[in-house]
Amino acid sequence: MIGIQDRKLALSNIIVAYIAFIIGTFCGLLQVFVRNDVLDLPTWLDYYQILTAHGVLLALIYTTFFIFAFLISGMSKSLGNFGPKVRRTLWIGFAVTTIGTILTTALIISGKASVLYTFYAPLKASGWFYIGLALWVIGTWISSFALIGHYSAWKRKHKGELSPLFAFMTITTIILWLIACLGVVATVVFQYIPWAFGWVGTINVELSRSLFWYFGHPLVYFWLLPAYMAWYVIVPKLLGTKVFSDSLARLAFVLFILFSFPVGFHHQLTEPGISSFWKFLQVVLTFMVIIPSLMTAFSIFATFEISGRKKGGSGLFGWFTKLPWKDVRFTSIFIAMLFFIPGGAGGIINASFQLNELVHNTLWIVGHFHITVGAPVAMTFMGITFWLIPYLTGRKLTRSIQKLAFIQIITWSVGMLLMSTAQHILGLFGAPRRTAYAGYNGHQVAMQWFDGILSNHVTMAIGGTILFLSAMLLVYIVCNLMFFAPLAKKPVEMTEFPMAESDTANTPKFLENWWLWIGIAILLIVMAYAFPLAEMIQHSPPGSKGQITW
Amino acid sequence: MHLHKYEKVWLIFGILSLIVFLSIVGVTAFAHGHTPAGGMDVIAPEKVDETAPFDEPGVKQIDKDTYEVVIVAQAFGYSPTNISVPVGKEIIFTSTSKDVVHSFTIEGTKVNMMVVPGRITHKSYTFDKAGNYLVICNEYCGTGHHFMQTEIEVYEP
Repeated sequence: MIGIQDRKLALSNIIVAYIAFIIGTFCGLLQVFVRNDVLDLPTWLDYYQILTAHGVLLALIYTTFFIFAFLISGMSKSLGNFGPKVRRTLWIGFAVTTIGTILTTALIISGKASVLYTFYAPLKASGWFYIGLALWVIGTWISSFALIGHYSAWKRKHKGELSPLFAFMTITTIILWLIACLGVVATVVFQYIPWAFGWVGTINVELSRSLFWYFGHPLVYFWLLPAYMAWYVIVPKLLGTKVFSDSLARLAFVLFILFSFPVGFHHQLTEPGISSFWKFLQVVLTFMVIIPSLMTAFSIFATFEISGRKKGGSGLFGWFTKLPWKDVRFTSIFIAMLFFIPGGAGGIINASFQLNELVHNTLWIVGHFHITVGAPVAMTFMGITFWLIPYLTGRKLTRSIQKLAFIQIITWSVGMLLMSTAQHILGLFGAPRRTAYAGYNGHQVAMQWFDGILSNHVTMAIGGTILFLSAMLLVYIVCNLMFFAPLAKKPVEMTEFPMAESDTANTPKFLENWWLWIGIAILLIVMAYAFPLAEMIQHSPPGSKGQITW
Repeated sequence: MHLHKYEKVWLIFGILSLIVFLSIVGVTAFAHGHTPAGGMDVIAPEKVDETAPFDEPGVKQIDKDTYEVVIVAQAFGYSPTNISVPVGKEIIFTSTSKDVVHSFTIEGTKVNMMVVPGRITHKSYTFDKAGNYLVICNEYCGTGHHFMQTEIEVYEP
């Protein structure tokens, strides 16, 4: 068991994560009913206001706080308790991130920042909204550097040794996060804040979009990598086996450092200001980042088969029945993985240059990220929640709560399947994303969108409602595990932190040579971005004044 | 580093598929000219109304087989309001925005253009069926975003 001080840190992060989760999912519920034209929001509440809150609170806040809770617990577990300096820095990081979050949320709720979580200029929110965002990023940086400090101290004491796999993966995730944030920090600090407070008159729109997406795509890998950590390190332990291959797991992770960044233009394929050559180059690099995911898929299924066969499963698929289906920690993550198969395939479609024209800004994209971050990432986090909270509080996951947890993940899967299938089909028909209810004056084309069995807003609303009920059930489980579940009295009753063994005998040392990977990543970033960004700055039109159109 | 034999097969299969996908995308883009909307021209966002060709938005015939449609996007509508173009001719859509980012998206076609203030977006398309096409804005632009729409009448010449 990790130290009580470290547990408090992790629990504080989890509490903020789940408060954001409650508000964010409630906004989601309102949205499906507005789109279904059965709910009229009161005049003081705008659809785009709750849409902004939904995106910010779930995609940015819930994920980030939960990820730090997981990384903090795992780093303390694998490298030993934090020293006082690291712990203090982590608290400062937590405080700054939370202050940024509260400021941002307050401005969204007060209607001064209905700019969605992509906050595209020249939509101009209150300057304090951008300050809140900046504080949120700075807070995560402080926490990141604290964890790097903890890791460096371990390395100094263990000269020449490879770090434990969990710590290695944490550092990879943090490096990815630090490099990714450079883009959003650059645009928020140098473009948005001076402009929003009126110190400069105009903003270079295309540059701000490009800097945002330089951050926006690695952001999704920042969500995904902690899920992959659970798949690589936690799942084998739940199956009673070891990590399939330590070196391949590490290789997959460093590939994410290389290929997560030079890919942001695939979010900007249908816009002006970037020539086709640079767009296509980044499409090619985007495809590179699929390779570590292919490696991950192989490792995971290999782990499943090895463990199933060890437990006596025979024949081609006999091992499958031997997997621990009654263990909600496993089943939740298994369903998460299933969702990632169509999720990943959809991602390949989205990034396929001209194919993107068919789906760009349609509901297909909304469906896509609900079956990537909304299911694979979120359901992995749920699977982690079921043991991490009792581990941290010294309580037990009782049988009845485990049953509820099963209902929770099954309802989440059903809700997500209904909603995201409807969204994918509607998107292929051309129904746009990010819109309140609109009948488009009864135009025949728009009317046809809503006729199908699955492609209608009723299916979306049913899915959304099931998801919200599931979310509230999860919140109940979280509260139970946090405050009410019975305390584990004997050591055998203690909830474990499932961390699989990983054999580093055949792992080459260069995999942990961070400067090598950071160096190559920078080269790739310069190659993919230097020229088009320089062109955007030199060959820029007169800037845009701020607009408040909500 | 040891790679399991099946893992080699899996990765080679995966990487080859990616190469095939990319080749198809690349060939159709650069050999057949199917590139997404874009353009490198710039414009002063506050002087759109005085700057050609946006001082006269509308349909213009360039030559026998080519037309240009010039559109100004603005919260929450498009100018001109009436667009009609012939079937079977190349139509070059040219658009910019006077305020925030919008899109010019013709439903049922692959015309899906981001319209960015300060920039000019082009997209060429040939309609193969006559009829009334719905155009919508699919990039969030403010309170009235979901009401931002227009129509294109495509006629048999």
